[in-house]
Amino acid sequence: MGGHSNEAGPARTGFTGWLNKRLPVDAFVKGSMTEYYAPKNFNIWYFFGSLALLVLVMQLITGVFLTMHYKVGEATAFDSVEYIMREVPYGWLLRYLHSTGASAFFIVVYLHMFRAMLYGSYKAPRELLWLFGMVIYLALMAEAFMGYVLPWGNMSFWGAQVIVNLFGTIPVIGPGLVEWIRGDYGIADSTLNRFFSLHVVAVPLVLLLLVALHLVALHETGSNNPDGIEIKDNKDAKGNPVDGIAFHPYYTIKDVFGVGVFLTLFCIVVFFMPTFGGIFLEKPNFEVANAMSTPDHIAPVWYFTPFYAILRAVPDQQLGALAMALSLVCLVLLPWLDRSPVRSIRYRGWMWKTALTLFVISFVTLGYLGLMPPSPLYTTLARICSVVYFAFFVLMPIYTRLDPVKPVPARLTSDHE
Amino acid sequence: MSDTSGAALRGSQETPAVDNSRRVFLTQATTAVGALGAAFAAVPFIASWSPSERARALGAPVDVDVSKLEPGQMVTLTWRKQAIYVVHRTPEMIASLAGFDGQLKDPGSKASEQPTYATNVSRAARDQFLVVVGNCTHLGCLPKARFEKAQPDLGADWPGGFFCPCHGSRFDLAGRVFQGSPASVNLRIPPYSFSNDSTLIIGKDDAVQGAA
Repeated sequence: MGGHSNEAGPARTGFTGWLNKRLPVDAFVKGSMTEYYAPKNFNIWYFFGSLALLVLVMQLITGVFLTMHYKVGEATAFDSVEYIMREVPYGWLLRYLHSTGASAFFIVVYLHMFRAMLYGSYKAPRELLWLFGMVIYLALMAEAFMGYVLPWGNMSFWGAQVIVNLFGTIPVIGPGLVEWIRGDYGIADSTLNRFFSLHVVAVPLVLLLLVALHLVALHETGSNNPDGIEIKDNKDAKGNPVDGIAFHPYYTIKDVFGVGVFLTLFCIVVFFMPTFGGIFLEKPNFEVANAMSTPDHIAPVWYFTPFYAILRAVPDQQLGALAMALSLVCLVLLPWLDRSPVRSIRYRGWMWKTALTLFVISFVTLGYLGLMPPSPLYTTLARICSVVYFAFFVLMPIYTRLDPVKPVPARLTSDHE
Repeated sequence: MSDTSGAALRGSQETPAVDNSRRVFLTQATTAVGALGAAFAAVPFIASWSPSERARALGAPVDVDVSKLEPGQMVTLTWRKQAIYVVHRTPEMIASLAGFDGQLKDPGSKASEQPTYATNVSRAARDQFLVVVGNCTHLGCLPKARFEKAQPDLGADWPGGFFCPCHGSRFDLAGRVFQGSPASVNLRIPPYSFSNDSTLIIGKDDAVQGAA
């Protein structure tokens, strides 16, 4: 980081001088913006980190306003959401921004994670950065799940039933744990109330802390790039990376363009297809929670379906839940499973390219199968895809070592040579 | 603090030797006591998530009049937020429970949860009345009643029973799970008793007296 040059700059006078003696504003802006050097070859895949931050802020703002009208409780929750939709001025907009924001969050986070896999951004020295990111992802799943319960529709109820009962598959402590999570003998008012507290207060605080840690860790190691080369290995006389450009203004301008494109697409969904054909908001959730009537087909929201398909593919309750948990653990362990000497897919061999392609196909197929009702054909397909999913991770230490890699250049290459 | 001691310390030529093992011990002891205190302080917060007194009180036993339930009919009611299925089984239904043990995961209900008076083949205190917790033992969905034999979607050898639409678990007319289902154990049987020929009490038997 080039954060030490603030001492050499002209002394500030007046209010800014007064302020900077008391709060390191200038030093912070230089250290993490105007003199924070990022690789010059970022491509389209590098939009999604800043977009995730944008969506987080949007969710916080729309969430605060929804909380002003939402009434937690099994007797009031569903009606208050209908009240927001029909009677609160622009309530429909606040809610659709928030519900579409949840799906948008996962879209940008999945693309952000895939970027890390393309260019090996999780490899040393960025393992901790990846770990913080994975914890953010898990916290986000908890946040999204509890948020989905709040409208107290019938899919909210039965989704909560299925997900909470997953903890019941843990040997010995399972049944007691489930009762403790629910605070009742079934999904009840107490469950809704605590999910509200967690969704609105606890998890957002944890998410903000984790995002801060993710950014601090990022600024310590610096960003990876599409070539997967350390730009810090080539510095000029002033000690700045030759292949680096200042984050501000260069990448802030780039990110603002990304924000424009993103918001255009986002608004099209919000205004013209807020339920996204029953994928972003499921049809049974427009009916109030009913403990005596399971919807004919229960599927979680699309961002959970790959893992849900793995759960369903295993013909045993405990092993199914275990497989689902392990499918997430595999992702967490990625930095240590990948033994390739190079980071970026540009310099990896056919083995990694094939493995990653198969992984993406199996992940997307599992996501589709998780949305569909169970059938013998789909179950077989889900089993094949689950095997491919796990093989990608379990065999990774072997094929990444055998993979014929290409020589890595010493300096960044350009996309527009 | 008197300033003479500070002056004395500064003036002393030899610093007393630091007893490092003493420091380590004190640090560790303080950490241990602090951690123990934090653990105790966490108890009320964790305990606050357990079912409240009100939730427990609402879990009291419920009475069902089974005299109006015709043979072959099923009634669903709620006890402790769970769906309870009460099926008045016909003699044919009871007779059909034997003969496909090989297709069941737990035909003898060895690994399943039920009171001792429901460990028999019909899994019931009285053969004609099946009383089960409707929530699937897989992940809690409500299996649908599919009492007709040989259904197109369930196979020609389907003997009648329950089918869970969520994850495809299949159960027979005693709530016993079929092979190939994601559920591993049979549907649970709640504690129950009959106070007379027509009144079934769910949640109360000789072992469980009154509200838990």
